[in-house]
Amino acid sequence: MPFVTTKTLETAYDVVVVGSGAGGGQSAYTLSMDGARVLMLEAGRRYDPTTETPMFRTPDQAPLGGVGTPDKPFGFYDATIDGGWDVPGEPYVRADEADSGRFDWWRARMLGGRTNHWGRISLRNGPYDFKPRGRDGLGFDWPIAYEDVAPYYDKVELLIGVYGSNEGLENTPDSAPGCLLPPPKPLVSDLLIRQRALRLGIPTIPGHRAVLTRTLDHRRIPALLHPGNPRAQRLLALDMRRRSACIWATPCGLGCSIRANYQSTTVHLPPALASGNLDILTDAMVREITVGPDGRARGVSFVDRKTGAERTVVARVVVLAASAGETARILLNSKSARFPDGLANSSGKVGRYLMDTVGSSVGGQIPLLENLPPLNEDAADGHQLYTPWWLYQQQHAGKLGFARGYHIEFGGGKRMPGVGTGSIEWLNGGSYGAKFKQDVRRYYGSFVNFDGRGEMIPNEASYCEIDPVVKDKWGIPVLRFHWAWSEHELKQAAHMQKTFGEIIEAMGGRTHGAVQSDGAKAIGTGGSIIHEVGGAIMGADPNISVTNRWGQTWDVPNLFVADGAVFASNADKNPTLTIMALAWRSADHILERMRRREL
Amino acid sequence: MDRRTTIKWVLAAGAAWPLVPHRLARAASGEVTRAAQPTLSERTVRGGAPTAGYGTDPDLMRVYPAGELWPLCMTPAQRQLAGVLADLIIPADERSAGAAAVGAVDFIDEWISAPYPAHVRDREIVLPGFAWLDAEAGRRASPTFVDLAPLEQARICDTICDAARAAPDLAAAARFFALYRDLTAGAFYTTPVGRKDLGFIGNVALARFDGPPADLLKSLGLA
Repeated sequence: MPFVTTKTLETAYDVVVVGSGAGGGQSAYTLSMDGARVLMLEAGRRYDPTTETPMFRTPDQAPLGGVGTPDKPFGFYDATIDGGWDVPGEPYVRADEADSGRFDWWRARMLGGRTNHWGRISLRNGPYDFKPRGRDGLGFDWPIAYEDVAPYYDKVELLIGVYGSNEGLENTPDSAPGCLLPPPKPLVSDLLIRQRALRLGIPTIPGHRAVLTRTLDHRRIPALLHPGNPRAQRLLALDMRRRSACIWATPCGLGCSIRANYQSTTVHLPPALASGNLDILTDAMVREITVGPDGRARGVSFVDRKTGAERTVVARVVVLAASAGETARILLNSKSARFPDGLANSSGKVGRYLMDTVGSSVGGQIPLLENLPPLNEDAADGHQLYTPWWLYQQQHAGKLGFARGYHIEFGGGKRMPGVGTGSIEWLNGGSYGAKFKQDVRRYYGSFVNFDGRGEMIPNEASYCEIDPVVKDKWGIPVLRFHWAWSEHELKQAAHMQKTFGEIIEAMGGRTHGAVQSDGAKAIGTGGSIIHEVGGAIMGADPNISVTNRWGQTWDVPNLFVADGAVFASNADKNPTLTIMALAWRSADHILERMRRREL
Repeated sequence: MDRRTTIKWVLAAGAAWPLVPHRLARAASGEVTRAAQPTLSERTVRGGAPTAGYGTDPDLMRVYPAGELWPLCMTPAQRQLAGVLADLIIPADERSAGAAAVGAVDFIDEWISAPYPAHVRDREIVLPGFAWLDAEAGRRASPTFVDLAPLEQARICDTICDAARAAPDLAAAARFFALYRDLTAGAFYTTPVGRKDLGFIGNVALARFDGPPADLLKSLGLA
């Protein structure tokens, strides 16, 4: 009985995993496939993408043409339910309302968390990204190197299915042979961008996304991932055969009922549940980690959201993977006489060094792309090509004025017309009538967009703490966020704008709106890219970090962190793949220590 | 609505208009409607209160007819005007139907009736805009805009269809027209008729994706 209720819940488990997204899903998968008895607690409701995904729905079938609202910020059909920037009953506090000091906190209260709607962009951190301080003296080095994580990147790519290519570029790692699926064909707009960017010395290569461009090899992969464990191999092979390849239609953000992309609910959880070792309890809002007289974690206490009743469960090991902010919140709320400042917080660093990704965008209209014949350009839903950071040498020589890089995500094409398709006043001088219809036909499909995604350096002014006043509807104290960008991020955002303006110009197009030279105006709000990491960073020194190289908290040996909270830096690479690789690595370590009876 | 109320509404709304952007590409704004703690400012505490909309967990597999999720606000006269104006913006032509025939009035009525902050702001532009059109018709000795001959209707639209060139005293009306054109286009191009008009052929399952045809790439210098 894998989905349990508070009545059928067992009283003790080997491991309690808090959270069901990338970190929680990977932890539960690795642990349960190797025989540990695992309970997963998820604050939101049970969610089944195979029956609930509105694939092929069109905007006219949705209220308001499907546009985003406060209830569904990424659109009506977006996979996120009970989530967004505001969650009813679950407020949070901002210390500063000015744009420069603002942090917006995204949450997804549902099984699978934000993996249900994410962009599926799956980039590896490179060697520089684990040792950034060693290169430029800023931020922190991780206590691990790329070589420590590389085998786990390979494993995650093999398990979830990631398309891409090996290009041998600086700090843009190649995967082991046989890990990546073939990348999809580029669109007309992709190829035009590639041609014109190259004239500016800007490279483009195939993107990396967790989308099955072909079915996974269920004969080869399970043995690579679970050597010596024939049962796990069999369960995984069975489940891989149930995942379909991409059918080149319908946006990934809606979720995928044929399981052709990665979401925790369609990739991690089904085989883990089939192992019989995983119980999942949804609607379980964790309040705190309970601690025994020996100072070790005893388990967790949680609120049953359906009844409001308080419950506890006991486990040998507790794994937090509730999202960076929520993990910090649980630690800080786990106060006791022994741990008056919260659990695992003897360094005072829980909640500190919160990071997001630097985001800045420029769109443009390209006459060369007008009036093309009808083309089906749904492809893999974007990111067929992208530009990895290409100025490592210039930056290292101090020529750029900011310390860390960014990659470029771009897109165009004849995508599903939406509510904004006819918003072309900036191009056609406000026609209406027959002329307007002709204008929309002419411009449709001729737009491109460039999104910069850049590294933020951790700083002392960006952190979260417990608000002394505000509580959520269950009486659990909430987070208060502090935020500040440094000059490095602001200058980087301005560089993005300049670059994107130049590419659009090189394409013979015109930008929509002015290219911002002021970084403070160019940069997105903190938290808006939804790459929130940090808050329980890993390090080599217990005085300035919360966990060691395994995600194990320095203060509580049977308490682990397996989400983005452990990131000691936030490279431009989207964090999800690294969260999974680290969670797998951490779970392997937990299994080994449990076998040795050390946990 | 009587004439005096209309004028008052138009004047009041006109004063507020310059502050209101008409973006359709809405950022995830999610304004706070109520502070969770009365001792703190509404702006500082985020979230806490549910919206009056379809909620955070609507049934995504259902198609909700306009008016089911929240009551529609337009009067029959306003709906008539809404349809006439939508067809002035997107008329039927040799390739496709006009906007009203594909449900633009229901779309716009649902849009401006929605309880979300951005939609409330749009309602405060659209309804006064309708009143302004009728007031303009009144100055041309017609009881309402819809009673005018199409040529006369177009003459009024010509004064406000381009915000950059509209007379200063028509700036608010031009802003209304720009929003209404966006809404009409949003209604039209999201329908099967609108998609076909643009030659959209996606959103169908494909066994393989071969990318753009080679001869097209060659003609664009991309092969």
